[in-house]
Amino acid sequence: MSASPALSLAFLAVVLGLGSSAISLLAGRQPRVLRLLAMPLVGLCGLAALGAGVLALTQGGSVSATLPLGLPWMPWHVRLDALSGLFLMVIGLVTSVLGLYGPAYVRSFEYGRDSLVALGGFTGLFLVGMLLVVLADDAFLFMVAWELMSLSSYFLVAFQHENAANRRAAFLYLLMAHIGGLTILLGFGVLAAFGGGFDFDAMRAATLSPGWASVAFALAFVGFGMKAGLVPMHAWLPEAHPVAPSHISALMSGVMLKVAVYGFIRVVLDLNGEVQWFWGVVLLAVGSVSALMGVLFALMQTDLKRLLAYSSVENLGIIFIALGLALLFQATEHSMLAALALVAALYHVINHALFKGLLFLGAGAILHSTHERDLEQMGGLLRRMPWTGYFFLIGCLSISALPPFNGFVSEWLTFQAALQAWQLESGVLRSLIPIASAVLALTGALVAATFVKVYGVAFLGQARSRHVRRARVVPFGMRAGQGVLALLCVLLGVLPTQVIHLIDPVATELLGTGMPQAGASGWLWLTPISAETASYSAPLSILALALIAGLAIWWFKRRTVRGVRRCDPWDCGFAAPTPRMQYTATAFAQPVRRVFGLLFEIEEDRTTGEDGVQRYRLRLTDRLWGLVYAPVARGVESASRRVVRLQSGNVRVYLGWTLATLLVLLWIISGA
Amino acid sequence: MISAWLIALLQALLCAALAPLLVGWVRKVKARLQNRRGAPVLQPYSDLRKLLFKETRVAHTASPLFRIAPYIVFVATWLAAATVPLIALDLPTARIADIIVLVGLLALARFFLALAGMDVGTAFGGMGASREMMVSALAEPAMLMAVFTLAMTAHSTSLVSVMEHHLADGFVLRPSYLFAFGALILVALAECGRIPVDNPSTHLELTMIHEAMILEYTGRHLALMEWAAQIKLLLYGVLVANLFFPWGIGAAFGPLALGIGLAAVVVKLGVLGAALAVGETVLAKMRLFRVPAFLNLALLLGLLGLLSHVILEVGA
Repeated sequence: MSASPALSLAFLAVVLGLGSSAISLLAGRQPRVLRLLAMPLVGLCGLAALGAGVLALTQGGSVSATLPLGLPWMPWHVRLDALSGLFLMVIGLVTSVLGLYGPAYVRSFEYGRDSLVALGGFTGLFLVGMLLVVLADDAFLFMVAWELMSLSSYFLVAFQHENAANRRAAFLYLLMAHIGGLTILLGFGVLAAFGGGFDFDAMRAATLSPGWASVAFALAFVGFGMKAGLVPMHAWLPEAHPVAPSHISALMSGVMLKVAVYGFIRVVLDLNGEVQWFWGVVLLAVGSVSALMGVLFALMQTDLKRLLAYSSVENLGIIFIALGLALLFQATEHSMLAALALVAALYHVINHALFKGLLFLGAGAILHSTHERDLEQMGGLLRRMPWTGYFFLIGCLSISALPPFNGFVSEWLTFQAALQAWQLESGVLRSLIPIASAVLALTGALVAATFVKVYGVAFLGQARSRHVRRARVVPFGMRAGQGVLALLCVLLGVLPTQVIHLIDPVATELLGTGMPQAGASGWLWLTPISAETASYSAPLSILALALIAGLAIWWFKRRTVRGVRRCDPWDCGFAAPTPRMQYTATAFAQPVRRVFGLLFEIEEDRTTGEDGVQRYRLRLTDRLWGLVYAPVARGVESASRRVVRLQSGNVRVYLGWTLATLLVLLWIISGA
Repeated sequence: MISAWLIALLQALLCAALAPLLVGWVRKVKARLQNRRGAPVLQPYSDLRKLLFKETRVAHTASPLFRIAPYIVFVATWLAAATVPLIALDLPTARIADIIVLVGLLALARFFLALAGMDVGTAFGGMGASREMMVSALAEPAMLMAVFTLAMTAHSTSLVSVMEHHLADGFVLRPSYLFAFGALILVALAECGRIPVDNPSTHLELTMIHEAMILEYTGRHLALMEWAAQIKLLLYGVLVANLFFPWGIGAAFGPLALGIGLAAVVVKLGVLGAALAVGETVLAKMRLFRVPAFLNLALLLGLLGLLSHVILEVGA
């Protein structure tokens, strides 16, 4: 069907995903099949996708094929170019790790009541859906794959459906996924009407007036933004992501959100033609708000997985800030700078997939070993689960954008792009970008606070409950899965020039310009614009860090007068501290909660019970629920109450309505 | 090339060596202002020496991270300081890290400092970590805004280029620089834990921020933590001095230029240290929840600096 090895590998990935799904469905009552066969197949599917993506990126160009599927007059087209290749690589990276992590993790479900058939079956379909979205080259296949992805992930969110909260989260997710799907469909409708066909080639060839192009942009932004969890369309995300099994949370947060970013880039930068400058402004504004709100809510959470989900909102905000910069620069004909911003966004896409995957897998390991998601019950896990502890630390350092880890590189590139704002002619735009970069800086610092809280409360200090005190090391496969992602986080932080070299074809393909100057001073030096403007040498900085630290430790080991002696904690000489006297996650967040109090709806009260014990209760809700979601829900309810009047229960009335509809339709057709 | 790296190494060593002296100087001036005789200027060196050779004790409840943290904090802070041009411009180390990397390295040090505070599981450690992260969450963006103003003016985030641009430009009074200068001073006070944000000599448990985090450290671990804090003070001093008043810094690598550079930076730091001592004598420490207002002022100044630059100065 196709001669290209990259496309063949991509097809192999799809087939493996389908195979994994089919095996789980057929296995029925054999729970072991999922662990021994279906999960490894998922891993192989990931490896194939990874290979296809890397091949497509390194070979350049694009290959397309037509599938003998779909409608007779509208066959399915697939196409693999640099952009698809990059996202295939992202899907492949996280999925292949699940092949290691998954078998051990799903084992804990074997003795439960939950249906493993559903878990395995829908995991495979979910993967196939994501792969096909990225490969699709016409709106028809794209929407089918998109819905496959949304629906199968709905079943994964609803996996533990005995719990009412999970059902509610899944329903909210389903609802918002479909509103999003609808707007995407309408967006494609606009593009297809001008292009005269549903395949992407026709849409690319079409020329839209700025007004219609903006309509298509708005529809795509709402649709994909809803999937990406941008504020204020984020409400489903912190509900849905935490309740899925942890490896699925890693897939949803790490990968599915990126598929939404893919769709957005594909529609706006590839299909939609001429870019308007105010699209960039919209993206900057929404991205900044998402980043800031996301991290503030993350900092307030005490449920580890929920916290990670909110942090995804923040990271998607950062990605959209960088994309906004790319659109602004592209619209004002600074393609080199647009390429820089786009590379920053795509770098962050890869990074977020890696570290969010790593952190969710770490949360899964904790859940597996202690059955606990609540930070307030954790503590001292570093000594009980050292491997998970160190890998999780790397994840925390990476997500907090600290050098020399990967998160820092993408944030650094974003700042570099923002600092080129002086090249813009318009004074308004020149002053908007600094405000966005101030928000980005504030976000970065708050992320560090969030992850100091997470790591300090969960892994350091002393255990706050008995089952956490007895935590066990997780099986090898789970540790290996986290280890691979942690290693990748370090590598992507230390070797940025190579990664940018890999991403570069995407920028060249979409914007016509790449970043040839990034590695111009050799692989050691990352110089996004020129060596005089900015340079960063991650390899040398890590070398210096390691060298001095090594020397210092060696010196002390040699010269130490006396060794280290263990003693009781000092704590200013007060009574020996108990685990209950430690700072809790809620207490840690209190100063920031107070500083940014206006953004939250806080209910707080102190009561003294009959037993004389004082109790403190804190409830913190999103103001947007009251401002946006509740009015919409009320509106829909009252509208549907009015519609109810049509349903009298009388067959003759229904027939009357049907006849009336038919007449109106006939009248419209005859008129046209 | 080799000589450049050697001078860079020399400058890095000089950073670490001068840092205790600056702290000793500030303490001395402060003591004289308060009509005390004060400890000798070289006292911090003796303190470090004493701590380095004392027995090191670690709490039973501490994890391995507690023992690694001092090394990481020290090395990250030192590396950050080594990338700031101290006596000479155009060093190879300055190309390793630009302003943003410098802020990142300091953030790395702070991350481990806060984690170390939470590690033993005492209430004070957690309290210090929580407050430190709140203060830094507001101070870091202000710092970035201030340095971005300079970076945008020089069209470069490299510290060397910023200083070269400033030197070539001559003495021009720009409104953006004034704002950025104010912001950077406020941030420096907050980040180095000086009055009015934190009191480095406090022993009142509930007012501590930095001290609360290193409460459990002894011996060489404590020495490294203290030394890192001193280097950080020096770093901010050099940033303020050399970014806004780069005159005197060695543009070439000759012994004369380096000598003048060293003398210039010592004088500048001496003046700044004395100003800090005066400030600390005149002001009182703020309540913790007044600190956000202080830092918001810094952020606002930084943002104003950046905006006045892009609005007033770019086109003109």
